[in-house]
Amino acid sequence: MTVAPTSAQFKTNAHEALGDARLQRALPHSRNFIGRRAAAVARLPEFEALRDSARDIKNHTLAHLDLYLEAYERKVREAGGHVHYALTAKQANDIILDLCRERGAKSVTKGKSMISEEIGLNAALEAAGIEAVETDLGEYIIQLRGEAPSHIIAPAIHVTKQDIEADFRRVHLDLPRDRDLSQPEQLLGEARGILRSKFLAADIGVTGANFLIAETGTSIIVTNEGNGDLTQLLPSVHIVIASLEKIVPTLEDASQLLRVLARSATGQDMSVYTTLSTGPRRPDDPDGPEEYHVVLLDNGRSSMLGGEFEEMLRCIRCGACMNHCPVYHAVGGHAYGWVYPGPMGAVLTPSLIGVAEGGQLPNASTFCGRCESVCPVRIPLPKLMRHWREREFERHLSPRLARYGLGVWAFFAKRAALYRLSTDLAMRALHLIGRGKGRFASLPLAGGWTKYRDLPAPQGATFQSQWRAKSGKVK
Amino acid sequence: MPETTKSPPRVGLFVTCLVDLMRPSVGFAAVKLLEEAGCSVFVPSQTCCGQPAYNSGDKATTRDIAWATILAFEDCDYVVAPSGSCGGMLARHYPELFIDEPQRAIKANAFAARCHELVSFLVDVMKVQKVSATFEGSVAYHDSCSGLRELGIEAQPRLLLKTVEGLRLVELEGSDVCCGFGGTFAVKYGELSDAIVTQKTANIAATGADLLLAGDLGCLMNMAGKLQRQGSAIAVRHVAEVLAGALDEPPIGAPAPRVRQ
Repeated sequence: MTVAPTSAQFKTNAHEALGDARLQRALPHSRNFIGRRAAAVARLPEFEALRDSARDIKNHTLAHLDLYLEAYERKVREAGGHVHYALTAKQANDIILDLCRERGAKSVTKGKSMISEEIGLNAALEAAGIEAVETDLGEYIIQLRGEAPSHIIAPAIHVTKQDIEADFRRVHLDLPRDRDLSQPEQLLGEARGILRSKFLAADIGVTGANFLIAETGTSIIVTNEGNGDLTQLLPSVHIVIASLEKIVPTLEDASQLLRVLARSATGQDMSVYTTLSTGPRRPDDPDGPEEYHVVLLDNGRSSMLGGEFEEMLRCIRCGACMNHCPVYHAVGGHAYGWVYPGPMGAVLTPSLIGVAEGGQLPNASTFCGRCESVCPVRIPLPKLMRHWREREFERHLSPRLARYGLGVWAFFAKRAALYRLSTDLAMRALHLIGRGKGRFASLPLAGGWTKYRDLPAPQGATFQSQWRAKSGKVK
Repeated sequence: MPETTKSPPRVGLFVTCLVDLMRPSVGFAAVKLLEEAGCSVFVPSQTCCGQPAYNSGDKATTRDIAWATILAFEDCDYVVAPSGSCGGMLARHYPELFIDEPQRAIKANAFAARCHELVSFLVDVMKVQKVSATFEGSVAYHDSCSGLRELGIEAQPRLLLKTVEGLRLVELEGSDVCCGFGGTFAVKYGELSDAIVTQKTANIAATGADLLLAGDLGCLMNMAGKLQRQGSAIAVRHVAEVLAGALDEPPIGAPAPRVRQ
């Protein structure tokens, strides 16, 4: 099964994250992406037009997803590959486990894949006695730590160099104890050496996919380390695990999307490796797997089609929304409590695990809109978070005290004359109490505010009352 | 619709609930700026734009409040709010509320098209290029999120602030980053909001400015409240107060009797 979510305890998670000095030292790294993205965008005058085009490509595909899925499946089969449909996370794991068992696989290498995190593939493999080895450096580090990724493209962004050194010394016990691991290059070199032997020993390689091309049956991954290539080329079986909405119609469409993907993610014009794979090794190919399988995961996505949250299916997993999110910057990714953090996680999580479990996340936003302003496929993330709040309100899932407060406020806000009179009296009274200092350090019923900051005192009579007295211009 | 005759445009001031209740002087500064720009200003009876309900998922209440607001401002050429957040609510979100009600949608769309935030209205619609105000000191300007990203308010306040005599505009790092207010977020997620505003006040303090300005009272109360809790001497005001030269009232959260220079 998938990892047990703690999204319902977001507030507690956030509290712990804010108090975690080690985490708070690591978190500023996520802000480095902001300047890099801005520079990459500035270098490409047509970037805004490309965002429109990226949005349109995804919208078109989603509107005809059934046709493109069928076309894709046909092409994969024509190339000698196999397509498996998985409705749920469990089905996806079972399909992969069966493929492993039938081939007597003992070791599986993995390229970076958020879908494999979503279905909890590593745990499923380990439970079946099969070694799962993450080969992306960040994923490798968090696997050693027994953690989930805290960012969708930089999974170990929450750890520091010192943390990694400690983890390597704890786990890589057959290496000399007095080795120097103080430099990033030394850490990288050590991981590379260990992973090299894992690559060569692996029976099956599992990768995700950034895009699946209906026109050709091709899967595309983008990486910066080349680990994906070794994962999918060296073992005799390559399994691609991807969700339905990764489909795009043509290679031309994928090229358009690639132009916004890396720029939005890391600020690179392109990722270092863009790897296309179509079916198993052909007779003339110098290398490649003997078998090629694609597991297409639904896991709740088809029910998002045609509904309020369909736009979320445009997401190409660049991470720009979290890179620009003040909430993510403050608490990091683990506080979100499941697989997908940040604004995209706040919309997607309730879609995939339910609003009762994930409903806190779309509430924990200031609606500052910075996520939407950088999204390469223009997903209106604040609007979608608001839709979740509406569902929560309709189903009476929001906290009772908040509903009560809102009800009292609404009673007055809907009655202008009564509102004017009562607010005027209240503000005059508050002014008299607070005018000496000009602010309140604490005030009954305002503890949620004054616990952290002072509350300015009102100036006295309300504007509407003063205006009325001065000019009689209020209707 | 604006009249084609030479009569001054009729501007309905949507004063916003926070200005109405907490800081009426911002409303009067707005009136002064609008009248100086040649508008004739009206203040229809009003409450709130409905954002607390809208952002809490209570669409029915939001619709009721929005509809009352639309009717109250029916006979104005323009509706102007001294807030990017409330202005964005009126201009961008009201139409979404009535998407399933064609009759009301027509009115809501027409209403939304007449709605503007104060400073952008002065510059973009009334073509104001300079103000006649004086402020001796350095000023940091914070771009409130909704105004910046929903209404594109960025150049307009800076343009006018640069024409204030004696005023030195200083660069605020991360001026486009949220202050952590977010309406009810500031109370519902107080600790998180605090972490965000603490980052913001650190950047504000680093500017060495005498005065912090922004166009939204919610953000200003949050930043002023945090600065004061931290013992900072940086004064905080709404941008309209400086542009109108309306500095008689003490800055936000400052004691009433003490009169500043």
